[in-house]
Amino acid sequence: MQALFGQLLIGLINGAFYAMLSLGLAVIFGLLNIINFTHGAQYMMGAFVAWFMLNKVGLGYWWALLLAPIIVGVTGVLIERTMLKRLYKLDHLYGLLLTFGLALVIQGLFRNEFGSSGLPYRIPEELTGGINLGFMFLPIYRAWVIVASLVVCFSTWYVIERTKLGSYLRAATENPALVQAFGINVPRMITLTFGFGVGLAALAGVMAAPIYQVNPLMGADLIIVVFAVVVIGGMGSIMGAILTGFGLGVVEGLTKYFYPEASNTVIFVIMVIVLLIRPAGLFGKER
Amino acid sequence: MAVNEPAAASRDSGNRMLIGTALMAVALGIAPFLGVYPVFLMKALCFALFACAFNLLLGFGGLLSFGHAMFLGTAGYICAFTAKEWGFPTEVAILAGTAASAALGAIVGVLAIRRQGIYFAMVTLAIAQMMYFLYLQTPFTHGEDGIQSVPRGKILGIIDLSQPLAMYYTVLVVFIAAFLLIYRIVHSPFGQVLKAIRENEPRAISLGYDADRYKLLAFVLSATLAGLAGALKAIVFQLAALTDVHWSMSGEVVLITLLGGMGTIFGPVVGAFIIVTLENYLAGFGEWVTVITGAIFIVCVLAFRRGIAGELAAWWTKRRG
Repeated sequence: MQALFGQLLIGLINGAFYAMLSLGLAVIFGLLNIINFTHGAQYMMGAFVAWFMLNKVGLGYWWALLLAPIIVGVTGVLIERTMLKRLYKLDHLYGLLLTFGLALVIQGLFRNEFGSSGLPYRIPEELTGGINLGFMFLPIYRAWVIVASLVVCFSTWYVIERTKLGSYLRAATENPALVQAFGINVPRMITLTFGFGVGLAALAGVMAAPIYQVNPLMGADLIIVVFAVVVIGGMGSIMGAILTGFGLGVVEGLTKYFYPEASNTVIFVIMVIVLLIRPAGLFGKER
Repeated sequence: MAVNEPAAASRDSGNRMLIGTALMAVALGIAPFLGVYPVFLMKALCFALFACAFNLLLGFGGLLSFGHAMFLGTAGYICAFTAKEWGFPTEVAILAGTAASAALGAIVGVLAIRRQGIYFAMVTLAIAQMMYFLYLQTPFTHGEDGIQSVPRGKILGIIDLSQPLAMYYTVLVVFIAAFLLIYRIVHSPFGQVLKAIRENEPRAISLGYDADRYKLLAFVLSATLAGLAGALKAIVFQLAALTDVHWSMSGEVVLITLLGGMGTIFGPVVGAFIIVTLENYLAGFGEWVTVITGAIFIVCVLAFRRGIAGELAAWWTKRRG
C-alpha cells in the first residue's frame, strides 16, 4: 500500500511537469502555430539558472523561482525576435526544425560545460522534511510542487479564459489580422506569448531541480513524452492540457506499481489508442 | 512542404538524371582506389540510402516523420538477429530486416496519417520513442550492448563479404538499385499524385484521389527503404545497437535531407557525405558535434531552405536564363 501511494505521488509530480510543459506548448502553438522543440532545453535552462544562482551568486530557491523564468523568458523573446518571426509565413514544419536545431545547440553547449552527470540542488530549508499521513510519508517539497503547479496552471487558465487580456489572446489565435485591425499590437503579443510559454518551462525546471538532478539532458527525453501528452490531449483547450498532463502522470505512476516494465511506454501506448479512437485528441478539435 | 524543383521542370531532366547517376556510380566505384576508406564510403552510402528513403516521404510526400530511426533500427536488429542467431544467409537476413521495417511502417503509417502536419511529426516521434524503450527492454537486442559481431557471410553463397572491397561493392550495387527505384517511384504516376497531394491535399481529394491511401503507400515505401539501409548498415558494421533507434538518429536524417536539399534526387546523397565526413572529423571533440549539427539546422532553416542540391539547381536554371 505504502508503495502504491508512493508511486501515485511520483505520478502526480511527473503529471505536474507534464501539465506545465504541455500548457506552455499549447499556448505557444495557439498563437505562433509553432511546436517549440526547444521547450525541453528551456526547462533544463530554468533548472541551471537556479543552480547557478544558488552556487555562484548566492540567491536561493525563492529568488530562482522568480528570476529564472524571467531570464529564460527573455532568451525566448530574443529567439522569437531574431529567428522565429522569419518563419511565420512558411510551412509550420520549419518552426519545428528550427527549434529542434536550437535545442541541439543549447543542450550541446551545456553538456560541453557541465558534462552529463547531474548536479545536485538542495531543497530550500522551509520545505524540507515531511508529514506522516498515516498511510504514507509525504515530503513537504513534493506536496509544494503539486500545489504550486496547480496554482500556476489554473492562474494561466484564468488569465486566458476569463480576463480581457486573455480574450485578446484567444481572438488573435482565431484571426490575427482582424485583431490587428482593431488596434492591438499582435506581433508584440506573439513575442510576449512566446516569452511567457518559455518562462513557464523554466519555472517547471526550477521546481524540478531539487527532485531530479540538474542535468543538461533532463529535458531531452521529457519533451518527447510531453509531445505525446499534447497529442493525447489535443491542443484545443487549456484545461484539456492541464487535465491530460496530471491524468497521464497518475496513469504512469499506477503503471509503475502494477506493471513496471511498461511504465516507460504506457503514455505512448495511450497515444496510439487515442489516435485510433479519437484522432483529434481528447480535448482537441480538428482544424 | 513546398519545394522548388527546377530540375524536374525541363524536359531533358530524365537524361541528365541518368548521366548524373552514372557519373555518381563511376565516382563511387573508383573511390576506394583513390585512397578513400571503404568503411567511410559504406557508412556514407548507408546514410545516403536512409536519407533518400526519408526524402521520398518528406520531399515528395510533404510528410515530416520525426521517427524514421525506428525503421533503420528495426531492420538492423532483425537482420543482425536472424543472421547471427538463426544463421540466415546474408541476403535473406537483409530481406528479413527490410520486411520487418515494411510491416512496422504499415502499422505506424496507419496510425500517423490520421493526423497532419505538426501532429504527424509528433506522433511519429512518440511512436519511435516507444520502439526505443521496447528495444531497450526486450532481451533479444541485448540492451545497451546491442547485437555484436554479426557475421557478414557470403552473398548468394559466393561473394565473401569479409573482404572489405566485396562488401563495399555489394553496398554500392544495392544503393544504386534503390536510388534508381526511388527515382522511378517519384516519376511514376503514383509519384505525381503524391506531389499533387503535397501541394494541395483537399484539391487532390476533390479530384477523386484517395489521399490517405497514397500517403500510406508512400510511408510504407519510405519505411521499407529506410529498413534496407538499416539492414545493410548492420551487416557492414556487424552491429545493431540502440543508437540506430534513438531520436537523435531521426533528427540526423532530417538534417541530412534538409542540408542536401529536400525534394531533390541527389540532395540526400550530398547531405549524407557531408554529415558523415563532418562527424568523422569532429569525433574527438565531444559534444561540439551536437552543437554544430544544431547550428547547421538553424542556418538551413533560416537562410538555405532549398539545400545544397536545390540551390545549385536554382543557380543553374538562372544562369541558363
